[in-house]
This record gives sequence, structure tokens and C-alpha cells, in this order.
Amino acid sequence: MPSMPLAVDDILAGLAARCGAAETSVFRGQTRVVVSEPRSFEALAWLKEQGFDLLIDVTCVDYLEYPGAKHRYGLVYLLVSTATNCRLTVRVFVDDPDPTVKSVVPLWAGANWLEREVWDLFGIRFSGHPDLRRLVMPQEFTAHPLRKDYPLQGRGERHNFPIITRDHS
Amino acid sequence: MSIATPEFGTAGPEAGARSEDYLWTLNFGPQHPATHTTLRLVLKLDGERVVDAMPEMGYLHSGFEKIGEHLSFNQYVTVTDRMNYISPMANNVAWHGAVETLLGIELTPRCTYIRTIIAELARISDHLLSNGAVGLDTGAFTFFLYGFYQREVIYDIFETLCGARFTNSYTRVGGASHDFTPLVIEKIRIFIKNFPKTLNDMERLLTRNRIFVDRTKGVGVLTREEAINGGATGPVARASGVTRDLRKDDPYLAYGDLDFQVCCASAGDCYSRYLVRMQEMRESLRIVAQALENLPAGPVDVGIGQRVARPTKQQVYSTIEGTISHFELSMSNRGFEVPHEESYAATEAPNGELGFYIVGDGSENAYRARCRPPSVLHFALFPQLIRGHTLSDVVAVLGSLNIIAAELDR
Repeated sequence: MPSMPLAVDDILAGLAARCGAAETSVFRGQTRVVVSEPRSFEALAWLKEQGFDLLIDVTCVDYLEYPGAKHRYGLVYLLVSTATNCRLTVRVFVDDPDPTVKSVVPLWAGANWLEREVWDLFGIRFSGHPDLRRLVMPQEFTAHPLRKDYPLQGRGERHNFPIITRDHS
Repeated sequence: MSIATPEFGTAGPEAGARSEDYLWTLNFGPQHPATHTTLRLVLKLDGERVVDAMPEMGYLHSGFEKIGEHLSFNQYVTVTDRMNYISPMANNVAWHGAVETLLGIELTPRCTYIRTIIAELARISDHLLSNGAVGLDTGAFTFFLYGFYQREVIYDIFETLCGARFTNSYTRVGGASHDFTPLVIEKIRIFIKNFPKTLNDMERLLTRNRIFVDRTKGVGVLTREEAINGGATGPVARASGVTRDLRKDDPYLAYGDLDFQVCCASAGDCYSRYLVRMQEMRESLRIVAQALENLPAGPVDVGIGQRVARPTKQQVYSTIEGTISHFELSMSNRGFEVPHEESYAATEAPNGELGFYIVGDGSENAYRARCRPPSVLHFALFPQLIRGHTLSDVVAVLGSLNIIAAELDR
């Protein structure tokens, strides 16, 4: 049972006290908080206890060509409290060569496919994910197409696909 | 999307049968009349009972989010039409609502009302088809035809409004491509007058139909906790007792001014989802009627001083500001001033919360255009809804979740 919902400022202060210095910003009325990668699971678990019970989305942005970016990938967790309808955006930054973040499937079952999609399209590993397979691209695909170094057009990995015949389809 | 039969995850309680020999695997889709769209289910059956299901998607993946990084904010609206193609207007409204949140544009009162009206008409047409498909798959063909006839009337309204029946691409940054004409208003008035009669007929046909109730009641039950934990939104969540509707909780466009109710049910089965959709059509009709009668006068687009909405031909040819604004918006190295920021904005689409997370980098294209599709989270819930039910319930559950593969795969 989630405890009584707090005001966003109290939650952010609590998050900073529990999970180290958390950088916050507000844009167009949307509150964003940056959490460091090793403590992201702990922070999200704590936020869930505070009443953010609905995980709206898990997605990622590749900041390869973004002016002034310090990190390569920025994960985005969009949380909502169904009781107060308060929204919070949690950002977690990870970098090459092995971008990995802890999976939140134990907290929200809905994260399963969202994390699979991020793995598929951005190549970010979610440690502890029960079933980290590609979601929209074929399993034989070798690249992660939403990365900025993947071209929009061009000859790609089509030769990797097996030719299916009627006999062994 | 693998070619070999995929490994099953944790099976349901019935998987504990002594021998797996009794179980056999059935491939359902990707091309099957009852999936309605291109998706695949691998079912593990014990006789006619579904022991486990394995949903697969990706057959319609077209890289919409990648395309979104290479098209301008106005061009991309044509791609959003093709996401949830049974209610394209709702996607248009969601996309440009998110763009305007990022750019910080305040719409004119007339535009908010017009967008509210078309979004609600899109909701009616979406619910008509999704409920119609549930009826169709459970043997009620006439019901589907009643629904589709009214969809045709809505297509006609949209065609009169913007020239396109299906892929409307109606909204523009800071406005819309066409204003409401007296003929459009007249046609919507006729629809408001005639539609309740059809809706009553549809309810009489199916809501208390013994066969339909037996096929859907108690089938595919989703509890409130599972719905929230699984990220369900929209009618699917509301049928499970989640009283969440962005139109009320976080009023956008003109919803704050209008009187309507949020439709909920508590059973969480296919029948509840059907009832919620039927009731939501009545509420949508109330919203359309109120918004149409209170439609504010004035321009649809924001003023040309803001340099976001395209000026009209009249303005381009007769005023210097119009000419300058037209060139500024058309030239490839000009366009809008986009902040180096990111924002998320969501609308209550017919299927659930449809939101866009847009990253701006100062150029006229989005740096990242993430679409939060409600169908993906609903389709992921499918195995737990179908376990223990029979093969013929697969289509009832699939139809009641209203899975649209184009939105699923993008």
C-alpha cells in the first residue's frame, strides 16, 4: 500500500537525501530529475513507494550529435501517480562501451516490453530483465537502428536474413 | 519476430500436466482474418484450452520514430496518420499538441474547440470499429455493419472538413489546415441528431444478447492492480476500475470547459471493456454537441506575428508580414525557433494515453520523436488475460484490447 502522496518538492528532497545529489529542472511545468546509473533502481523503487504507481513509458535518447551533451544515452522514465495525477520524469544517463542499467521489471510488469524496445532500438542492456529479446526488429538483426550513427537510408543487414522457403517456414 | 518457435516464459497453472505431449502449438497470424492487423500469436494448447500464449510483433515496423527525426514538425503529421489508422485525427491532435508544448505555443480558443470536436469524433469512430470487431469476431455481423455505417458518416464529415477521408493530416503547428465551414457544422449537427438512434439500436442488438454476454463476460479478466502495474491506460484500464482519464485529470484543449463523465467499470473483463466503449461514445457525443454550440469565433491559427502557423493565401499576397512569414517558414534554414529542451505531452486517445516525447535541438526537425503507444502495453498483457480460456476466446480478448499493429510496431 503506497503511503500518503507527498508534494513533488518533498519527494525530490527525499530522493536527493536517499540517492545522492539529484539534479532537477522544470520545463513547461514538467519536473525532471536526473539519477545516477548505479542507484537508478533504488531511486525508482523508492518513488514507486511514494505513490508513483503507473509507469507510462521507458524510452531513450541518443545524444551523439546533440550540442552540449555530456553523455551518449539518456534514458527517460515517465512516472505518474494514479491517486494525485502528479507526473515526474526520471532521467538516467549511460555511456558507451557497455551501456547497462538495472531493469525495473520487478517494479512494473509493464516495463518488460518497453525495455525490450529500448534494447532493440538503442542497444542498452537491462540487467535482470527476464526476457531481453528484440521487440520490433528481427532477431537476426545486428544493429540498433535508432542510434544516431545508424543511417536513415542505405544498404543494410538484409543479407543476414535467412531465406525462408515453404518447406521450413 | 523469430522464425523458430520461441521459448515460452512461465506457463500458467495448467502447464503442470504430467506430460507435455498433450500440449500442442498453434501459430495464429501474422496473416489471419481475426487478428485484423499484422501480428502473431503462438498459442500453447491443451485440447481447446490455451495454456500459454506468446505474442510477437514487429511485422509492420516501419521506423516511424527514425523518420520523425528527419521530417519537420509539420511534415511528420502525415506519418502519425498511419499509426493508429482507425482514428488518425486523434494522432494528429496528440502530435501537434506535443509539438506546441515543446515550442510553448498558446492556441486560439477556436482551434482548441475544433481540435476537441475532431478528437471526439475520432474517438467515436475508433470505438465503433473496435466494438464492432469484437461483435464480428463473436458472431454478431449485423452489429459491425451498423457501426461501420456511422463510421462512414464521420469519414464524410472529415472529407468535407479537410479533403481526406482516412489519412487526414489535419492539424498544423499552431492551428489547423482548414477552418470549420457552415457545411461541416451542418453535417456534424446531423450526425449528433442521428447517431443516438443507431447507438440505441446497437445496444439493443448486443448488450443483452445472450450469446455475446456468454462469450465475453468473465473472459480476459484484468484486475485493477494488474492494469496499473502493466501500464494499461484508456478504456482497458477504466474497465478494470482505474478512474484515470486525462481529459478530466489533466485537462487539455477545451475539455476543462465542457461537461462530461468518465466511464468506468469494475469487472475488467471483455464485456466491461465493451460497455465502457459504448458509454464513452455517448459522452463523446455530448462533448461534441457542447463544443459545437459554443464554438468561439475568431481565427484558427495563431497570429502570423508568432511565425509558426502558415499564413493564408490572402495574407501572403496582400500583406508584407504574410509574405515574410511565408518565406521564413518555407525556407529550409529558417523555420521555427525550437528550444534546446525536451518535453512530453499526452492526450487521451481512443486507445489510451497517446503521448509524444520530443527532443528539440534548435533545428526544424525533432531530434527525437518518441511515440508512447498504448497498444504495446496492452498487447503485453495478452498472455495473462488468455491463460485458461479457450481458443475461441482469443479473438474476443484480442478484439476487446483493440490492438492496432501499425501503432504497435510504428
